[in-house]
Amino acid sequence: MKSILLPFLKFEDSKHDRVVPPSGFTAQLSLLTSGAMAFLAVFAMALSFATGRLADQWGSELARASTVRISAPEDQVEAQTQAALNVLLTTPGIASAQALTAEDERALLEPWFGPSLPVESLPLPVIIEVRETAEGYDAEGLRLRLVGEAPGAVLDDHSRWRSPLVKAASRLRMLGVLSLVLIAAVTAGMITLAANAALAANGQVIRVLRLVGSTDHYIARAFVRRFTVRGFTGAVIGTFFGMVAIALLPDAQVEGGFLTGLGFRGAQWLWPCIIPLLAAIVAYVATRVAATQALRRLM
Amino acid sequence: MIEFHDAAYGYGGQELLTQINLSLAPGSFHFLTGPSGAGKTTFLKLCYHELQATAGRVSLLGMDSRALDRNDVALLRRKIGVVHQDCQFLDHLSLWENISLPLTVAGRPVVETDLADLMAWVGLSDHANALPPELSGGERQRAALARAIIMSPDVIIADEPTGNVDWEMSLRLLTLLVELNRMGKTVVIATHDMHLIRQAKSQVNARVLRIADRRIHQAGADL
Repeated sequence: MKSILLPFLKFEDSKHDRVVPPSGFTAQLSLLTSGAMAFLAVFAMALSFATGRLADQWGSELARASTVRISAPEDQVEAQTQAALNVLLTTPGIASAQALTAEDERALLEPWFGPSLPVESLPLPVIIEVRETAEGYDAEGLRLRLVGEAPGAVLDDHSRWRSPLVKAASRLRMLGVLSLVLIAAVTAGMITLAANAALAANGQVIRVLRLVGSTDHYIARAFVRRFTVRGFTGAVIGTFFGMVAIALLPDAQVEGGFLTGLGFRGAQWLWPCIIPLLAAIVAYVATRVAATQALRRLM
Repeated sequence: MIEFHDAAYGYGGQELLTQINLSLAPGSFHFLTGPSGAGKTTFLKLCYHELQATAGRVSLLGMDSRALDRNDVALLRRKIGVVHQDCQFLDHLSLWENISLPLTVAGRPVVETDLADLMAWVGLSDHANALPPELSGGERQRAALARAIIMSPDVIIADEPTGNVDWEMSLRLLTLLVELNRMGKTVVIATHDMHLIRQAKSQVNARVLRIADRRIHQAGADL
């Protein structure tokens, strides 16, 4: 990244850039805009990653999993469980079926009731965890067979609530990406305004430069370099603080659900590093377009 | 160098200059006179393509001005040095940087000894680090002249270069322009200072162009 921007950085204080006077207002505006937008972009990126993980997790964990709940009189529970297991294991499309042990149920309920819950003394239904094959099974046919063999068995293939959850997570991820696009657009807009203000304020400078034989390309380049470096510098600062803020969020925990999972994992921490580069590209394009148009207007 | 063929310039439906037929030969020295508002500055702007003739043809250094694009104009101005009455500088740059500006924008190296010699020639060696607002009128004029010639242009155009300076400084500037003319440069000076024109008589073979009734009249005789 540094090598890409080095030509710009190298010229920041060069005589080529010095032909454009330093303008405090536009410099501060473009730095602030770029920094603030980069800060927000880090959060939008984190949101995208978090929702992406959530969607993948929900999708993969629930897609091939079903449960059979057996609620029967105490003396029939064992028999109906065995009957249901027999039905399940002989049903095409089911890879495995296993009744949860008391330990499994305790672990499942621990987040809500604590570790000392006397699972054995509670009238909890037996839960059978079902794993499908890639081809899947006929849910309606299975339900009919279960009614016949184990009347207390209820099949839940998760389809009722899996689909909206995955859809919601996907939408959130899309919103995150959309936020990044909007942030880039707003950055481009603000930098265009700042560049136009700088160009308008430097009409006399442009006139003198043209008088001494400067091409419009040279003049535009002086402005473009300056705003690109400002955009990059502001974004580096904004990204840094954004990453620090994300790092300071609580670690992902089951109890915290989605909110504590907002952040980056492993190599994902490298992704925010592209924000300053993108900001520099946005600033470069925005200023170049603004400068070209403004110089065309300024005869 | 610069040729006008039935050229005219108008603005807002009104012709400011008309039927200009003129040729400024290489190495020539011309004064341009006329009352205020007669169109001297307009004529000079046509000479360095700050303005485009609205009729007729203007040839600048062998190029038809109508065919010039923005880049051509930029390259043209590197061959035509201009000194304005209200010398325009970049006030945030030192005099050294301002005078070397044409080299900077052209991407040519600034040879420090050459620049120092040039500043000494216009008598500004002690002001290299000064900012333009810190200079007097005469110093600004000399700085503008130095900037105009640093690219060793073929043509030097000066618009009322002595308008804001005293007589002594006027003579000094005239001497500098005459020296440049002796080096082979074409010089055009717009002025309404007849004393200056008479003073030039003893130094150079100058011709006088006079603007009257929107036309340029050649005085014809040497001063």
